[in-house]
Amino acid sequence: MKPFAYVRAGSVEEATDAYAAHPGARYLGGGTNLVDLMKLGVETPAALVDVGRLPLESVEELPDGALRVGAMVRNSDLAAHPAVRDRYPVLSQALLAGASGQLRNAATTGGNLLQRTRCPYFQDPSKPCNKRVPGSGCGALEGVHRDHAVLGYSGSCIATNPSDLAVALAALDARVELYGDRGARTLPATEFHRLPGNHPEWDTEIRPGELITGVLLPAATAGLPSAYRKARDRASYAFALASVAAVLHLSDGVVERVGLAFGALAHRPWRARRAEAALLGAAPTRAAFEHALELELADAEPLRDNAYKVPLARRLALDVLGRLARPATY
Amino acid sequence: MTGTDTVLGAPAERREGREKVTGAARYAAEYDHPGRALAWPVPATVARGRVTGVDARPALELPGVLAVLTHENAPRLGEPDDPALSVLQDPRVPHRGWFVALVVAETLEAARDGAAAVRVLYEAEEHHVTLSAADPEAYVPETANGGYPAVTEHGDPDGAFAAAPVRLECAYRVPPLHNHPMEPHTTTARWDDGLLTVHTSSQGTSAVRAELVRLFGLPEDRVTVLAEHVGGGFGSKGTPRCDVVLAAMAARHTGRPVTLALPRRALPAVVGHRATTLHQLRLGADAEGRISALTHEVTTYSSRVREFVEQAAVPARVMYAAPDSLTRHRLVRLDVPTPSWMRAPGEAPGMFALESALDELACATGVDPVELRVRNEPETEPDSGRPFSSRHLVECLREGARRFGWAGRDPRPRSGAAGPLLVGTGVAAATYPVLVSPCVASARALPDGSFLVRVNATDIGTGARTVCAQVAADALGVPPERVRIEIGDSRIGFAPMAGGSAGTASWGWAVHEACVRLTRKLAGHTGGLPEEGLAAGADTSDAAGAKSPWSRHAFGAHFAEVAVDTVTGEVRVTRLLGVFAAGRILNPRTARSQLVGGMTMGLGMALTEGSTMDPAFGDFVESDLASYHVPAHADVASVEAYWVEEDDPHLNPMGSKGIGEIGIVGSAAAVGNAVHHATGVRFRELPLTPDRVLTGLLDHAHPPGTLGV
Repeated sequence: MKPFAYVRAGSVEEATDAYAAHPGARYLGGGTNLVDLMKLGVETPAALVDVGRLPLESVEELPDGALRVGAMVRNSDLAAHPAVRDRYPVLSQALLAGASGQLRNAATTGGNLLQRTRCPYFQDPSKPCNKRVPGSGCGALEGVHRDHAVLGYSGSCIATNPSDLAVALAALDARVELYGDRGARTLPATEFHRLPGNHPEWDTEIRPGELITGVLLPAATAGLPSAYRKARDRASYAFALASVAAVLHLSDGVVERVGLAFGALAHRPWRARRAEAALLGAAPTRAAFEHALELELADAEPLRDNAYKVPLARRLALDVLGRLARPATY
Repeated sequence: MTGTDTVLGAPAERREGREKVTGAARYAAEYDHPGRALAWPVPATVARGRVTGVDARPALELPGVLAVLTHENAPRLGEPDDPALSVLQDPRVPHRGWFVALVVAETLEAARDGAAAVRVLYEAEEHHVTLSAADPEAYVPETANGGYPAVTEHGDPDGAFAAAPVRLECAYRVPPLHNHPMEPHTTTARWDDGLLTVHTSSQGTSAVRAELVRLFGLPEDRVTVLAEHVGGGFGSKGTPRCDVVLAAMAARHTGRPVTLALPRRALPAVVGHRATTLHQLRLGADAEGRISALTHEVTTYSSRVREFVEQAAVPARVMYAAPDSLTRHRLVRLDVPTPSWMRAPGEAPGMFALESALDELACATGVDPVELRVRNEPETEPDSGRPFSSRHLVECLREGARRFGWAGRDPRPRSGAAGPLLVGTGVAAATYPVLVSPCVASARALPDGSFLVRVNATDIGTGARTVCAQVAADALGVPPERVRIEIGDSRIGFAPMAGGSAGTASWGWAVHEACVRLTRKLAGHTGGLPEEGLAAGADTSDAAGAKSPWSRHAFGAHFAEVAVDTVTGEVRVTRLLGVFAAGRILNPRTARSQLVGGMTMGLGMALTEGSTMDPAFGDFVESDLASYHVPAHADVASVEAYWVEEDDPHLNPMGSKGIGEIGIVGSAAAVGNAVHHATGVRFRELPLTPDRVLTGLLDHAHPPGTLGV
């Protein structure tokens, strides 16, 4: 681990100022991923700006019915929050499907969105990785890639985003609140993370020095039937092989609103826009779901080791959509 | 009931339990001698080749870095018993992850920073890391691990197979598995006036001392090895690993005490692992399932460093009556890390294959799998013809079936559907040999009425300290509170390691002998005891070292219930129940813990554990505990361990067989057999992860509507 400076910020402005004053700085939230990566020599920040004590630890009800989640709200607290459990069950379920109890107690909302891929080649500085060292190559492409992407990858990177939370936020049409030297702005959760293209070193659209201050859960998806399901190698403390977050609102026997997102299939949560378009206005039948998913997954290009992901994702989505459409039968 | 009966066989609590849960128990890294430095290794980043240059300057320029040891400047070592301990002696790189330098610094952080700064140049060579049964360089070794002959053959297995009315031929694969004890391999070493003292995380200090004596050219009395508390080993600490050699070298080089705790990510490459085993099984039987021909051929690998042959075909020599049989091991040497012992080497992977094949035979003949095993019980050990000292496999199967509720099971695959879940049950047998080694011990009666018993046992978390005290109290005829016990110190005298399920038998035998002799001595003593007390010693070289005319094995039976999710291919073990016949159980509390632990490890072997050799880079892809999946609590719903009473006079004075390993043997097969019963699909490659199971379910023809969504 390289020696580094440490600054504790008392306010958002102090944090962004400290970041600007320390070239090569990183924000430190719960530290559950960043500190590991520092030990591995994957991250070598010159300074850590500790944002863990910023007053961003509350979940607020907004006048329009939205819910504003502070960036420092711990994953455990967010999962257990009554308003989240009531109105956004998909979010609570996604959080509880992630990591372990100890990690969820430490991990923050903002930090969860900024965690790096768990691709083993990214985590091993002795191997090539375009995300870690642009231009060095992709170790996973020539190596082992059972856990890697089947959608939206590029020749330079086949990594997946490991967050469960981000998948739920994508399905819920949440927004990410940011603050930086150019002021505050928000981005749709679906546009916060990037596809790798030729720049896999950029996981997100965040600008240098910008800080996540919170997440907005919109009124439009509050209280709608929603669910998260994750397939994994063991029953707890394992990243997804594939996961699905779904929000499904029926009206007069047809789909009135649907949000469907996949985890572990791509470099970002994969919002299934094509499937959604096919379902809007349609009756929620198994055939309709199958057709919609067929459209969505038609572009999947599995690699040597991960062909299983496509049927797995399809079956997870069919199961979750089916349950949301016919809650009484489950 | 005599006082003795209540001591041995009582569920005594671990003597060091309070120290451990309060954090007072000190492990090898926690001996913070004044001036102690810390070390961090530099692993090779090529799969095969040689080091052509090491530039240590960037590391030495960092604050806090004291030294960088390489093959150019490290102390020269003598010839070790294990060639993997010849570290930093020459520029060769036999596999990726082999240590090519060691950085010593004032702090752990500085050592790690220094390790990243060392520049190593290599001349890389083409590497070959992929095991294949068709490898032209595969050969039949002389012996397999444990000294077993690599090949045994009886009668005409080919002819008998060809003539059998029922013929089965199946291939199975068990992937690389890693021991990953919670405490990594760790040593604190210091030199004082030519005396070397190490606190090390090892399963046996006598073996560590012997290697240090060889490597550093010292007389035995100048080397002290201590291992008071050890955080697990599962075989990977059975003999010394490179941590103890490197720490001792670094301490000599720097003149400072040095601690080296191997990083978790380094473990897969340097502490041994269970090699991949490819199994080819052939069973010929009559229509009633009586086996006439049995062939078990295993292909596995070892490294270029030394030959290690996982003896996975050995249990087939013990289990079932088969007049015509062949067992054979084949080995391929690859540019991979050196495999070694992992809990039940041989039996664990071998019995997965054999017991899966038995289940396939049960399906093929329509004979109940419990009944099939009973039907193939041998009169004597099939390979040697020797009589069994005791064999209660049938009792284990019957008792397990009764407790599990096996009777009335619908044998048809896929008969247990519950919504999107397919529920199934399976059974498999277990076996593990009874091993025992010579050991010395002493017992001393003190004037205050207490006793001091010394035996160089190692307690790797099993309860060895507690059980040895029980053995002593039993032999002395006193309550265990009056017995103080000292273990984990090479100065006590020779003792075998905690391994081969032989620790308690070996140490206990010596303790028993010493205490019996002391009791006799006390009986002849009149008047008060002198200040230094009255002592007796024992050396069991003759008794424990003698070859037994009996075939001695523990046996067991596992019953598993699984639920397979047809949406995802996820398998959950809802029940795992084992019944064992392992001689006299000396401490039901610690024995149960060992058996349940072994069964849980078998559950992991079945469902979650396994690593992947990276063909491009030559190392294991899964190198931390986030990616190498040992079962989490949520994976272990219900694990029950029971035993049957077994009185075997041909073992040792306590009448015990080992219980450290048999729990893992056969449990993976029971789970796999249950998955077949649940799904109708036979998975012959472990682990049964969702990718593999879902693919199998989808490839399999199913009646419509039975696959959930």
